[in-house]
Amino acid sequence: MKNNSNVAVREPLFHVSKRKEIALVWKIVIYASAIIGALLVASIICTIVSEDGNPLWFFVSLFNGNIGTERRIWQFFKEFALLLLVTQAVVPAFKMKFWNLGANGQILIGCLACTAVMFTLGGSIPNALLYALMFIASVLAGVVWAVIPAVFRAFFKTNETLFTLMLNYIASGLVVVMISVWVSTGSGVLEPMEQYSFPDVFGSEYIFTILIAALVTVFMFFYMKKSKHGFELSIVGESENTARYVGLNIRWVIIRTLIVSGAICGIVGFLLSGDINNTVNNEMANNMGFTAIMTAWLGKFDPIIMIGTCALITFVTNGMNEVRSSFGFYNNSVVNFVLGFIYFFIIGCEFFIRYKINLRKKKSAEFTVLNDNSIELEEKNKAQISKEEDK
Amino acid sequence: MDYVVAFIVGSISLATVFLLGSVGEIITEKAGQLNLGIPGIMCAGTAGGCMGVDIYMRMFSANPMWVFLVLFSLIFAVVFAAAVGMIYGFLTISLHCNQNITGLAVTTFGVGFTQFVMDNFVDRAHFFDASDIIKSSLPFWESLGWFGEIFLSHGVLVYLAIAIAIAAWWVIKKTKVGLHLRAVGENPATADAAGINVNKYKYLAVAIGSGIAGIGGYFYIMDYIGGSWENAMTIEALGWLSVALVIFTIWRPNLSIIGSIVFAGLYTLAYRLTGTGFVITNLLKLLPYVITILVLIITSIVGSKNIQPPASLGLNYFREER
Repeated sequence: MKNNSNVAVREPLFHVSKRKEIALVWKIVIYASAIIGALLVASIICTIVSEDGNPLWFFVSLFNGNIGTERRIWQFFKEFALLLLVTQAVVPAFKMKFWNLGANGQILIGCLACTAVMFTLGGSIPNALLYALMFIASVLAGVVWAVIPAVFRAFFKTNETLFTLMLNYIASGLVVVMISVWVSTGSGVLEPMEQYSFPDVFGSEYIFTILIAALVTVFMFFYMKKSKHGFELSIVGESENTARYVGLNIRWVIIRTLIVSGAICGIVGFLLSGDINNTVNNEMANNMGFTAIMTAWLGKFDPIIMIGTCALITFVTNGMNEVRSSFGFYNNSVVNFVLGFIYFFIIGCEFFIRYKINLRKKKSAEFTVLNDNSIELEEKNKAQISKEEDK
Repeated sequence: MDYVVAFIVGSISLATVFLLGSVGEIITEKAGQLNLGIPGIMCAGTAGGCMGVDIYMRMFSANPMWVFLVLFSLIFAVVFAAAVGMIYGFLTISLHCNQNITGLAVTTFGVGFTQFVMDNFVDRAHFFDASDIIKSSLPFWESLGWFGEIFLSHGVLVYLAIAIAIAAWWVIKKTKVGLHLRAVGENPATADAAGINVNKYKYLAVAIGSGIAGIGGYFYIMDYIGGSWENAMTIEALGWLSVALVIFTIWRPNLSIIGSIVFAGLYTLAYRLTGTGFVITNLLKLLPYVITILVLIITSIVGSKNIQPPASLGLNYFREER
């Protein structure tokens, strides 16, 4: 008896078990409450820190930053499109379990290549040819920057996480070096070369970026879901041994996938340097490579959900920039701070989707009694059985 | 000679940042937790340490005592870093979230958080004075020539870092606790079956590792650059190098001591070789990253059984999934 009561006391408050599946409605409720919860916490912190602001004003500013003016709406769609592009770039590698943390560097090196073409060839060749060369240079640079770690990973299993990270810093450093070569004054700033900018499409500076993002998204949807390449890379991601047994050339799959990743990052570089900014600086990738990892992961690599996560993160980023100015914060650190909160909440809430928490029943005392009874019953049964056998 | 000595002294000083960061990461990785949040956690340590310094100096600006200033700010640094580390720990250990993703989120958060705290809550008025006090070294080193300068001219935190590294090596390699820790990192299911409380070890490793890494960030601001502050991004870059250093030193805190000095030497080379012009200086600044890549490649090619990461590194452990 003593033993039993001890067991009852030590039974944990709850235990966790895996869910088989969960209704879509509940999924949406869990995600939505995580996002709203994160924003509420952020609004309260911002209100406490800032002298002039309140939680309601926080949410008003959040929307104001995205849809306050026509320009802001366009701005939202442009940044959303860029983030979506980078997200599409990182997805195939992640699906293959290749942790490409180097999208920042791949974008930046694309920007650098594009700017190099603009700087050295601009004016000496027809503009149409210049645009073509800018595009090719960006894509090639992006591909090279992605393929270097892929080759080493494919042949020597070199840790690609840190390799790609270091390449980010090298790309950023190379931008500084090249600017110090090009700009003799030593100011470290390369003036925008607007005369060589890619022309506006449909009379708007934003539509080209959005169009490219739409095209690439559709392409990647088919590439990932319908093409043999997409199928093969997901096999490599699931199990390299399986891939080997079915006769896949794993090394080539890794390199090929990173070519696709790098090419899309290169396109982003072309858009940033050739179309939007017409110059290069080492902050130009705007940390989109990291953000894209989060949006891809939070979107479960599903093309449709990823559109949603990219929109959400862009919305929060732009909105927080408005909050920053209306709450009078000194710099944009508050944006990362709040983004971090949102990541934590969304990452954390997935637990409740994948697992179920079974609270301890209040009747634990009765439970032990029941147990005792059942033991007694069993003993009785045994006794009966043995009696019957005796007969 | 003076030049070489100054170079070595500078390297040892900067190496302390790498050493604390990498020892912190080694401890968490030994428990099977790949913590990519270390750069953010080092930033959080900076925020905490600087806040501690600020509070202490405001209370005792007339007559700040070395012991109390160091202790007080150190506690702040460790607590802040461990707290941010615990976010990572809770999400990955209890909620079974992906370690890489959570780590990156922690880094994003940590960098933003630190900048936010430094801009809104910390008054940097007394930082230079405080840094001078924290850096103060044994009074008699100057009488010992180059020997004194290289080995005895540092602030207390440098020696603390080396002591931590040696202690970490001793605990991991020689004690029962370390054996259990390694068991958890190699095969948590077996460790669990052997009666080791897996989650307790993982949580403790993350908390202690984060706390140690946090001192690194605090050291960078308060000792290495002498109390000035630009932004959290610099510390983030140092944090990533510390994570890379873990592979370089093949998960051994004792090798970290030498590894971090080599790393720091390469890192400061660009700033030491003066008179080479913008372009060369900027190119030299890339050296530590290039070397890191070379090290990664070499360790992966040479890769033998003795220099493998903990077997279950990066994998979460859920008892009911065995």
